[in-house]
Amino acid sequence: MVTLTIDGQQVTVPEGTTIMQAAASIGIEIPRLCFLKDINEISACKVCVVEIQGKQKLVTSCSTACQEGLVVFTNSPKARAVRRNNVELILSQHDCLCATCVRSGNCSLQKLSNDLGIYDIPYERQIEDVPWNQEFPLIRDSKKCIKCMRCLQICDKVQKLHIWDLENTASRTTIGVTGGVDIADANCSLCGQCITHCPVGALKERNDVPKIYDALADESKVTVVQVAPAVRTAWAEAFNIPAEMATEGRMVAALKKVGFDYVFDTNYAADVTIWEEGTELLERLANRDRNVWPMFTSCCPGWVSFLNMNYKEFVPNLSTTKSPQQIFGALTKTFFAKQKGMEAKDICSISIMPCVSKKREAALMSMRASGKQDVDIVLTTRELIRLLKSEHINPATLPEVPFDNPLGSSTGAAVIFGVTGGVMEAALRTAYKVVMGEEAPMDAFLNVRGHEGRKEAEFKLGDVTLRTCTVSGLGNARKLMEDLKAGRVRYDFVEVMACPGGCVGGGGQPIHDGEELACARGQKLYALDEARALRQSHNNPDVVELYNKFLGKPLGELSEKLLHTDHVKEKNYQ
Amino acid sequence: MSRLKIETPDQAQLTVERLYKDLERHIIASPPGLCPVDLQLSFLKVCHAQTCGKCVPCRVGLGQLQKLMEDVLEGRATMKTLDLIESTANNITDSADCAIGFEAAHMVLAGLVGFREDYIHHIKKGKCSVRANHSIPCVALCPAQVDIPGYVALVGAGRYADAVKLIRKDNPFPTACALICEHPCEARCRRSMIDAPVNIRGMKRKAVDEAPANTVPVPEKAASTGKKVAIIGGGPSGLSAAYYLELMGHHAVIFEEKAKLGGMLRYGIPNYRFPRVRLQEDIDAILSTGAEVHLNSRIGNAPGEISFDELRAKYDAIYIAIGAHTDKKIGIEGEDSHGVMSAVEMLRAIGDENPPDFKDKNVVVIGGGNVAMDCTRSAIRLGAKKVVIAYRRRQDDMTALPEEIEGAIAEGAELYGLQSPHHIEADENGNVAALWAEPQIIGPIDAWGRARTIRKKVDLERIPADIIVVAIGQGIEIAPFEEAGIKIKKGTISALASSELANNEGVFAGGDCVTGPATVIRAIAAGKVAAANIDEYLGFQHVITCDVNIPEPIIDDKRPCGRIQIALEETGKRKKTFEPIECGLTDQEACQEAGRCLRCDKFGISALKGGRTTKW
Repeated sequence: MVTLTIDGQQVTVPEGTTIMQAAASIGIEIPRLCFLKDINEISACKVCVVEIQGKQKLVTSCSTACQEGLVVFTNSPKARAVRRNNVELILSQHDCLCATCVRSGNCSLQKLSNDLGIYDIPYERQIEDVPWNQEFPLIRDSKKCIKCMRCLQICDKVQKLHIWDLENTASRTTIGVTGGVDIADANCSLCGQCITHCPVGALKERNDVPKIYDALADESKVTVVQVAPAVRTAWAEAFNIPAEMATEGRMVAALKKVGFDYVFDTNYAADVTIWEEGTELLERLANRDRNVWPMFTSCCPGWVSFLNMNYKEFVPNLSTTKSPQQIFGALTKTFFAKQKGMEAKDICSISIMPCVSKKREAALMSMRASGKQDVDIVLTTRELIRLLKSEHINPATLPEVPFDNPLGSSTGAAVIFGVTGGVMEAALRTAYKVVMGEEAPMDAFLNVRGHEGRKEAEFKLGDVTLRTCTVSGLGNARKLMEDLKAGRVRYDFVEVMACPGGCVGGGGQPIHDGEELACARGQKLYALDEARALRQSHNNPDVVELYNKFLGKPLGELSEKLLHTDHVKEKNYQ
Repeated sequence: MSRLKIETPDQAQLTVERLYKDLERHIIASPPGLCPVDLQLSFLKVCHAQTCGKCVPCRVGLGQLQKLMEDVLEGRATMKTLDLIESTANNITDSADCAIGFEAAHMVLAGLVGFREDYIHHIKKGKCSVRANHSIPCVALCPAQVDIPGYVALVGAGRYADAVKLIRKDNPFPTACALICEHPCEARCRRSMIDAPVNIRGMKRKAVDEAPANTVPVPEKAASTGKKVAIIGGGPSGLSAAYYLELMGHHAVIFEEKAKLGGMLRYGIPNYRFPRVRLQEDIDAILSTGAEVHLNSRIGNAPGEISFDELRAKYDAIYIAIGAHTDKKIGIEGEDSHGVMSAVEMLRAIGDENPPDFKDKNVVVIGGGNVAMDCTRSAIRLGAKKVVIAYRRRQDDMTALPEEIEGAIAEGAELYGLQSPHHIEADENGNVAALWAEPQIIGPIDAWGRARTIRKKVDLERIPADIIVVAIGQGIEIAPFEEAGIKIKKGTISALASSELANNEGVFAGGDCVTGPATVIRAIAAGKVAAANIDEYLGFQHVITCDVNIPEPIIDDKRPCGRIQIALEETGKRKKTFEPIECGLTDQEACQEAGRCLRCDKFGISALKGGRTTKW
C-alpha cells in the first residue's frame, strides 16, 4: 500500500493504483479525454495532468502510479492552466460546428470545454478535411477527429481487426484505414465499437433517418418497422425517464406516433430462427459424419462477415439460417404482404437495430428473397433516438401500446437473442423439447450466460452430449478460430456475437463515454424473458400458425427459399 | 568616439549559439521513421533564415521552394510541382553567390533523388509513404534488441540479478557486452536532446559487476525435443545460438577448433579490455544450459577433422559461426620478413597465454581499426620501447572507437597519420628493419563522404621497426565449407537475413563469417536469429521470455545532468600490465546515471505502439 495526499486529503491505495484512480476513490474526478480504462492509457491529450509538489513537470494522472508520500494537486493554478491550454489546442484542430454534430450534448470534448469555461480559442483553426466514402455504413469525419487513438486501440486490442492505423508522420499524424485503402475494402466487420468508444463525433453511422421521412411521405408505401431485442434495453437512455417507464409498450407507442403503419418485433423472427436453426442443428447431429463441425450461429452479420473475410474455409460451418432481421424482412414482404393483399413493392420494410453491420447485411444481394430488398432501411438505436427527438416525441407522456400482430408476438427465448449466450440458450430450450419430449427446466442452461468473452459448456440431450461454446467480441472470435484451426478445441455448436456482451453492447447503441453497459442491458433482457408468459420459441402460437398456414415445416422448400442463405462472400462485403 | 572596439556577443547571440548546440543534439537523437519531405522542408527553413537577403535566388528562391514543398505535403501538388522544385533548386545552385544559398539548394536536389518516391507518394496519394516503425531508440539500434530501458531501470533500483536476467532474454553475453560492446544503442539516445546519451554500457557493467553472470541462474529449459543441432564455432554467435536452442529444449553440440571457447572474445580482445575470468562467467552460465562442447575439433576434410557431411548426417540442423580468423595481407614488398606478423597471430598468441617478446623493441602497427588499437596497446604492455601506429588517413578517419585511440595515445603510442605503407625494409638476415611509408595529403571527398588521400610530393619516409603488426582486417576460412557446397560471396558465407542458407536445407550461418569482421553484439544477434529460425525449421515455436517486472518510472523533472563516464586506471600503472583498465561505477554513480534514462519504453509513442517487446 502507498499513502499520498491529493488536494489536501490523505489516501492510502494499493501499489500500482494510478493517481486518477486514487483521486476517484476520494471523490475527486480528474478531467480526462483520451483515457479509456484498460484500452487507451496513452496519456496523449494531457487533459488529466496534475501537479506534484516540488516538481516542475506535470504528470498525467491516468498513467502515473501513486508513489509513497506524493503531494498531488489536481487543480492547482498550473494544472488548471495547462489542462485548459491543452483543451484549447485540441479545439483549434476540431471542427466546432456543434450545432450540426450527432454527438452534440453527448460529446466529451464539448462537455470538457464547457466545464473548463472555455469560450474562446486563441489559435488559428486548422481543420483536417479528408474525403470519405459516404455510402459506407461507417462514416469517419476527419474534421472532428481529435487523434485520441481510441478507435485504433479498441479495434486492435478488443476486436483485433486492425482496421485503423496511424497515417502520416509528425504534425500530420492522423488516423487512417490500414494500408491506406478505402474503408469498403478494409475487411471491416462494421461492429461499430470504434463509434461507441469515440469521445466526439468523428465516427458515426451513415445517417439513414432522411430515408425514413421519404418513406413516411410516400403514400404508395405501407411502412413496417421491426425492433431488435437489444434496442428496447437502451432506447430510453436518452430520454431521462424512470426505468419503469422505459417499457417495450412505450417504445411501440413512440414508433406509432412517428407514423409507422405497423410496429412489429424482430423477436417474432427470432422465434422463427430457432425453429429453423434448431432443426438444422438436430439434422446435422443426426448425420454427424456428413457435416462439418462445429455449427456456428449466423444471426450476427459482423461475425458472418468476419468469418467470410478471415476464415473463408469455415463459412460452411455457419448455420444457413438468415439472421432474424432478414427472416423478418423476407416474411414481411411475402407472408405478411400476402395476408394483407399487397405485393413486396408496396411495403417499405424498416428495422431498428443496435448494430451498424445490419445496414450492410440488408443491402446484400442474397437478402432479396421477396424479389425486392427484404429490409429497405436499417436504423441504429441512436438514429431511432434522433428520429424520436426530431418528431418532438416525449415518450413519458405516451400510454403503452402492444406490438401489432401477427408479426409482433414473441417468447422469452427470442428476447434473449440480444445478449451473449442468448441464441444458444434459446436454441437449447427448443432442442431439449424436441429430443426429450418435455420442456427443459428453466435453470437448465444457465451455464451459457455470463459476460466473459468465451464460455464453454456441455449438455446432455438424450444420448447426445452437446459441447457448446459462446463467444462475444471479435478478438475472442479470432482466438476461437485459431484454436479450432489448430485442433486445440472441439465443439458442436458455437454462438458468436461480434460485439462484447452481444447486441446489447452493439455498435449502434447509445454512447455513454467511459461506461460499458452491455452487462446491465443484458440483465434487462433476462428480466423480460422471465416476465414473458411463453419462454420457448416452439410455443409461439403465431409462429406455429406461420408454419401451418405458410411455410409448411422448418427446412421445408419455402423455408429454404426465403429464410436460408449460403453466406457467400459478396462484393459489398469488401 | 573610439575608432575600433572589441566585439563581445550580446545575450541574444549567446542564446542562439546555445540553441545551435541544442538543435545539433536534437538532430543527433532524431527518431527513425520520419517523413523525409517534412524534414527537408524544416531544414530549408533554417537555411532560409540564414540568408543575408542580397541575392534573388537565395532570398526569394528558398522561400518559393518552401511553398512548393508545403503544397506537396498538403496534397495540393502535381507532378509539375516536382519539376518546378527541381528547376528552381538548380537555378539557385547555379546562381547563388554563397554557400548559404547553393548548399541549401543542393540539399533539396539530393532529396529529390534520394527520396523521390516519397515526393511522388505525397503527390499521388495525398499522404506520406513512410510507415513509421515506432520503436524505442536504444532498443531499435541494438542488433540483439535488448530491453535497455528495462535493465537500466532495474540497475537504478539496485536489482542487478534481475537486470542480468532481462538482458539474457535477448543476449546471453551480458558481461562481454558490459565490457566491450560498441554500444550502438547510445547513438540516438533521446537523452541527448537534453544533455548527452545515457551511459548504457556503464549500466550493464554495474549489473554484471554486482551480479556476475555465473551467479545468476539461467531460466528453466523447455521439455526436451530430442532434436540435435551442431554448432560450428564456439564464439559469441555460436554460443548464443547454443544457449537459446538449449532453452528451447533442443540439444546444442558445439565444435570449436581452438583449445578454448570464446572466439574473438578470447583470441581477439586483450585481457586488459575483457579479462578472461569475466569471459568465463558468461561461458559458464551459457554452458549451464547443458550445451555439449567439443574443443580442438576442426571441420574439414583433412585427417583428424570432422567432415561437414558427417555433421549433416548426424544432426537435425547446423549453425555455422566460424567467425573471421584469417589474416589479410597488405601486399607490399618485404611483407614476408621476419618480425612481420598479423594482428590475428599476435592476439591469438596472447589469448593462448604465449605472448610474443616485444621487450625494448620498436613496433609499428599498420591499421586504424579497433584491432589495430588492441595490438598497439598490447605491444605497449609487452614492454615495447616505442609503438607507432601507421595509418594512411587521418586520426579522424580511423574506424576505431575514439576512446580506444585516445587510450592508445595516452599510453604512449605515436600516431603517424597520412602514412601509406610502401614497402618493408629487411636487414641482411631477413629481419625487419623499417617500414617505408608514402606520405599523403588529404584530398577531395568521395560520394560516401570520406576524404581520399593523395600522394604528398615529398620523399618516402622511413619508420624504423623491429616488429611490424599488420592490422588491416581479417578474412574467413571458407575452404572446407566451399568444398561442402556452401555458397560463398565476396569471401564470406552467403546467408539470408533469416540466417538460412539458400539451397542448403537445415543449414544456417551467422556472425563474422557472414558479415565479415563486425561487432560482438552483431554476432550475438545473429546467434539469436539463428536459434529462432532453427526452432521454426525443426517445427517448433518456442517462446523466449523473461518474467522480471520493470519498475515504474520515477516521477522526476528531467533537468540537465552530466553523463557519468567509466573511470580508467591511471595511465602509468595500467600500461605496464594486462590487468583490466576500467573501473566500475559506484552505487551513487549508477543510480544517478540510471535516473537520466527518459524511459522511452513508457513515454512517447511507446505508450501506443512499439513499446517493450517481452518475448520472441
